[in-house]
Amino acid sequence: MRSGPGLRSEAGATFWRFLLPVTFFVALLAVFLLGLGKDPTLVPSPLVGKAAPEFSLPRLDDPSQTLSRKDLLGKTSLVNVWGTWCAGCRQEHETLLALANDSGLPIFGINWKDDPQLAREWLTTLGNPYAAVGVDQDGRTAINWGVYGAPETFLIGPDGTVLYKHIAPMTLEVWKKEFLPRIATAGTGS
Amino acid sequence: MTNFCCGLIVGLVIVLGPASGWAMDTDAKLADPARQETYVRLTHEVRCLVCQNQTIADSNAPLAADLRREIRQMLEEGRSETEVTTFLLDRYGDFVLYKPRFKASTAALWLAPGLLLLIGGLGLGRIIRRRRGLPVPVDDDEGPPEAAPGEPR
Repeated sequence: MRSGPGLRSEAGATFWRFLLPVTFFVALLAVFLLGLGKDPTLVPSPLVGKAAPEFSLPRLDDPSQTLSRKDLLGKTSLVNVWGTWCAGCRQEHETLLALANDSGLPIFGINWKDDPQLAREWLTTLGNPYAAVGVDQDGRTAINWGVYGAPETFLIGPDGTVLYKHIAPMTLEVWKKEFLPRIATAGTGS
Repeated sequence: MTNFCCGLIVGLVIVLGPASGWAMDTDAKLADPARQETYVRLTHEVRCLVCQNQTIADSNAPLAADLRREIRQMLEEGRSETEVTTFLLDRYGDFVLYKPRFKASTAALWLAPGLLLLIGGLGLGRIIRRRRGLPVPVDDDEGPPEAAPGEPR
């Protein structure tokens, strides 16, 4: 035994050697555990709460007509970014068809970097949930919308504000949990 | 002999491959060397969000190619580096830059390493000072040393 140190410094040493690292470890553990359930591939969109970007795209069914931002105004709507090359889009297609029937909101499609012919065949074969589809072949509109992985679905308010963005295939669970409450707040605008 | 050749080829690929660069950006250089330099710097600082641990200069994802094209075009139009990064931040958020701008929401990210280094340094200094004060045990009069220098604790 070393002579000298009193109870106080013994307690201090115990704190520095034991309690502090343990506290630090537990805190770190908590941070990691909280992060465990998160998907790191989901990047929050800075567009949420801001005005939807201006765009004007030739329509898939009739390239002489355009789909533009003003078509979104006046009614709460969905903007769905999709492509025939996108497996998640195939996965969510049934859900989009159901929403087109039941939700009362128009769904506008942005066909992203796709072959328009394949896109038209896709809609003929699987059914068309869209009020209108704009063709974004060079991907410029998608960049302006901050799109990085299809499918992405935006909720747009009647005044053209982006209310929410869902990245990944749309499901009824997501619809009920994330979209319906926001639609209730925003109103349908009609 | 065949094995040796295979080994040699694999070895050469491993050694020389990365050196020759896997750059996905095969587009022509910008006419203005200063802009080309800005372009190269920017594309190495912008994250490809499809394949998140690559820059858009390294990635062959279609989105990376589109972003390179946008950046190139903006620079050719004479826009500044700041304008280009603002353009990207407005659309994709802070995560798109490998070096996010310093602001309230990124302060922890920028300051934490320095702070941790400071804490670690202070702690280390404390330990060193304390050990310097300890007599180097030469005999067993006072029992086994608690922490002899150079020994694992």
